Amino acid sequence: MPPSDTPENTTAPGVEGGSAEDKLIVFDQVVKRFGDLTVLDHLDFSVAPGERVTLIGPSGSGKTTILRLLMTLEKITEGHIWIDGEPFSHMPRGSGLVPASESYLRQKRKRIGMVFQQFNLFPNMTVRKNIMEAPVHVLGLSRDEASERAQELLDLVGLGDKIDAHPTQLSGGQQQRVAIARALAMRPEILLLDEVTSALDPELVAGVLDVLREVAETTDITMLCVTHEMGFARDVSHRVLMFDKGQIAEEGHPDQIFGDPREERTKSFLKSVLENGH
Amino acid sequence: MNGFWDFEFTGRVMPDLLSGLLVTIQATVLGYVIALALGLLIAVVRRAPFLGAIVHFLMEFIRTTPLVIQLVFVFALAPSTVSVFTIGVVVLGVHYAAYTAEVYRSGIEGVAKGQWEASKALSLPVSRTWGAIVLPQAIRKVIPALGNYLIAMFKDTPLLFAIGVVELLAMAQQVGSASFRYVEAFTMVGFLFLLVSIPSAIAIRRLEKRYAAV
Amino acid sequence: MEFLIEQWPRFLEGAWLTIQLTLGGIVLAFVLAMFFGILGTVNHWLPRAAATVYVEVFRGIAALVVMYWLIYALPVATGFQLEDLFAAILALGLNVGAYGAEVVRSSINAVPKAQVEATVSLNMSWPQRMRLVVLPQAWAQMLPTFGNLVVELMKATAVVYLVSLHDLSWVADDLRRLSGETIPVFLVAFALYYLIAQALIFGVRLLERRANHKLGRTPPSGGGLIGLLRPPAVGAKVGVAK
Repeated sequence: MPPSDTPENTTAPGVEGGSAEDKLIVFDQVVKRFGDLTVLDHLDFSVAPGERVTLIGPSGSGKTTILRLLMTLEKITEGHIWIDGEPFSHMPRGSGLVPASESYLRQKRKRIGMVFQQFNLFPNMTVRKNIMEAPVHVLGLSRDEASERAQELLDLVGLGDKIDAHPTQLSGGQQQRVAIARALAMRPEILLLDEVTSALDPELVAGVLDVLREVAETTDITMLCVTHEMGFARDVSHRVLMFDKGQIAEEGHPDQIFGDPREERTKSFLKSVLENGH
Repeated sequence: MNGFWDFEFTGRVMPDLLSGLLVTIQATVLGYVIALALGLLIAVVRRAPFLGAIVHFLMEFIRTTPLVIQLVFVFALAPSTVSVFTIGVVVLGVHYAAYTAEVYRSGIEGVAKGQWEASKALSLPVSRTWGAIVLPQAIRKVIPALGNYLIAMFKDTPLLFAIGVVELLAMAQQVGSASFRYVEAFTMVGFLFLLVSIPSAIAIRRLEKRYAAV
Repeated sequence: MEFLIEQWPRFLEGAWLTIQLTLGGIVLAFVLAMFFGILGTVNHWLPRAAATVYVEVFRGIAALVVMYWLIYALPVATGFQLEDLFAAILALGLNVGAYGAEVVRSSINAVPKAQVEATVSLNMSWPQRMRLVVLPQAWAQMLPTFGNLVVELMKATAVVYLVSLHDLSWVADDLRRLSGETIPVFLVAFALYYLIAQALIFGVRLLERRANHKLGRTPPSGGGLIGLLRPPAVGAKVGVAK
C-alpha cells in the first residue's frame, strides 16, 4: 500500500478531545478494568475516516480490548468513546451522558464489523447462510439481494465455489475468508480485525492476508487491526500504535516504527516477534 | 365450607400429614439402601459376558416401564402375608437399582485402564482389585449423581399410594375426603414435598461442588 | 392365551390413551421448557427468578401430587373442574417441563460465547440471535437429555390409572381382576410400554442425528438406521417422577 493516501494527521499524536470533528473514532481517557486488573489506563487516541491503523504490542497490553470495546463486547469502565462526533459508549440523556443502552448500541454499532481470531462462523448454517442471515434480518435485504451479495463477496475472497459448503468442510484459512466476507456483507464503515491469522496454520496465512490487502486497496473502510504479521501491517496501515501496559508506548508511520523504533519497549517487542518467526 | 383457607383445619390435620411424611421418608430411605446395594451388584454382574446381557435387558425393561404398574404387578403376585409397605420399598428399590446400576457403570468405566493393569501387575486377586482399587475410585466420582436419585425416589414414593401404603399423599386424600377440605390437604402435601426436596437439592449441589474437583 | 387375544383390542385402547397422554404431555412440557429455559438465560433478575421458581416448585413436587391437586383441590378453590385427561396432561407437562427448562437453560449457556459475540458483531437483536444462532446450536445439546425425559414422561402417564383414566395400566389391572391371569396380562402391558418407549427413543435419535448433521457433525456410531438402535445412554442425570 503506497503511503500516498495517508491522511495528513498520520503522525499527529491523535489525542484530541472528544469533539474532534475530522475524527471517526475518538478514545477519550478510556479506562478498562477487569476486577483489579487495569487493561486500558486513561487511553487517548483517535482514528480518521478511511485510516488503517495497526495495533501491536505484547499480549495483555490491551490491544484486543480496544477492538472489543468498539464492538461493544465489553463495557467501558471510565472515559468515553466517540464515533463520528457522537457519543458511542454513552448516550445523551438530559444535559449529560449515561452509559449506552442496548438499543442505542444497536443503532450505533451498525457501522462496525469485526473479524475474530477463531473465525466464529455459525456451525448451524451453510457458508451462504452465514453471510446472508444478518443482511436479511438486520439490514432488511431481500433473500435474493443478500444471496447475490454473498456470492459477490465469496468471489472476492476466492471462495465462490464454496457457497453451499458447510463451515466444517473448510480449512481454517477458508473459514476466515468466509468470516471476512460475512463482516463485509454488512457494509461496515469500520472493520475490526482481531488477530485474524493467529489461529491459522502458517501456509494458510498468506491467503487471508491477500484478501485483506485487496479489501484495503479497493475500499475506503476504516480498519483497526491487531496483528503479529508485521509485513502486512507495514504494507497496509497508515499508522502503527505500539501498546504496552494499557497505554500507547509509541506511534508513528509503519516505516518509522518498524525501521527506526525510538522506544526501547518497541525495539524489544519487535525483536521478540522476529525471533518467533513472524 | 367457610373461607378459602381454614387454618384451624390445617393445624388439626398437620400431625396426620406429618406421620404420612414420615412413612414417605422411611420408604424412600429403605428403598434407597436397596437401590444403592443392588445397583452396585448389577453394575459388576453386567460385566460378565452372558449373564450381563440378560441383566442389561432386564434393567432396560424396568427403566422403560412405569413404576406404578410394576408396583401393582408385584402386589398382585405377592402372598398376602407381605405388607404393602415392604412391597412398596422393594419395588421402589429395584426400580431405582436399574438407574443406579448405570451410574455405577459410568463410574467404573471412568476408572483409568492403568488401574486395572497395575492391579494385574501386582497379581492382586479379583476381589481385591474390585474392592480396594476400582470401586472406591468409581463410587467417589458418582456420589452426586447417586444423590440426585435419592431426591427422585423421594418424589416417586407417592406412587406407593397405588398399592395402599398410607404415605403423605394417601393421608392427605383421607383427611381431605373426610372434610372435603382438599385445598388445604393437597396444598400442604405440595408444600411438605418442597420443604424436603428443595433443601436436599441444595445439599446435592454442595456435594457436586465438593466432588467435582476430584 | 386365548384370553389375551380376545382382549387385545382393550390393550390397544389403553395403549392409545397412554400415547395420547404422552404426546400431549410432550407438547406442553416442550413449550414450558423452552419458555422457562429461555427465561432463565435472560440478563435480568426478574425473568430469571420467575424461571427458578417454576423449575424448583415443579421439580420438587411429583406429577402425581400436582395431578391430585388439580383434580381435587382446584375445583374446591375455584369452582372450576378440569377434565381428568386434561388435568393429567397439565400435571405431566408442568413436571417434565420443569426438568426440560433446566436442560434448555444449560444448553443455551453451553453455546460458546464466541458465537454470541459474532452475532453482536453482525448487530443482531436478541430475538434474532436466539432464533438464528443460539437455539439451533443448543438444540443438538438438548436432544439426548430430552430423549430421557420423554421416556420418563411416558412412564409417568401411568399415574392416571389412580384417577381411573383407562390407560394401559388401568386396562392391565382391570383384566387381571377379571381373569386372575396376572402374569400374562402384565407381561403384555409391560411389553407395550417397552415398545412405546423404544419408539420414542428412536424418534428422538432421528432428531438428534438430523441436528448433528446440520451442525456438520457425523454420528458417533456410524450411519444407517441400525446406528440408531444402539442401546440407550441412560444419563446419570436426574430422574423424573414416574
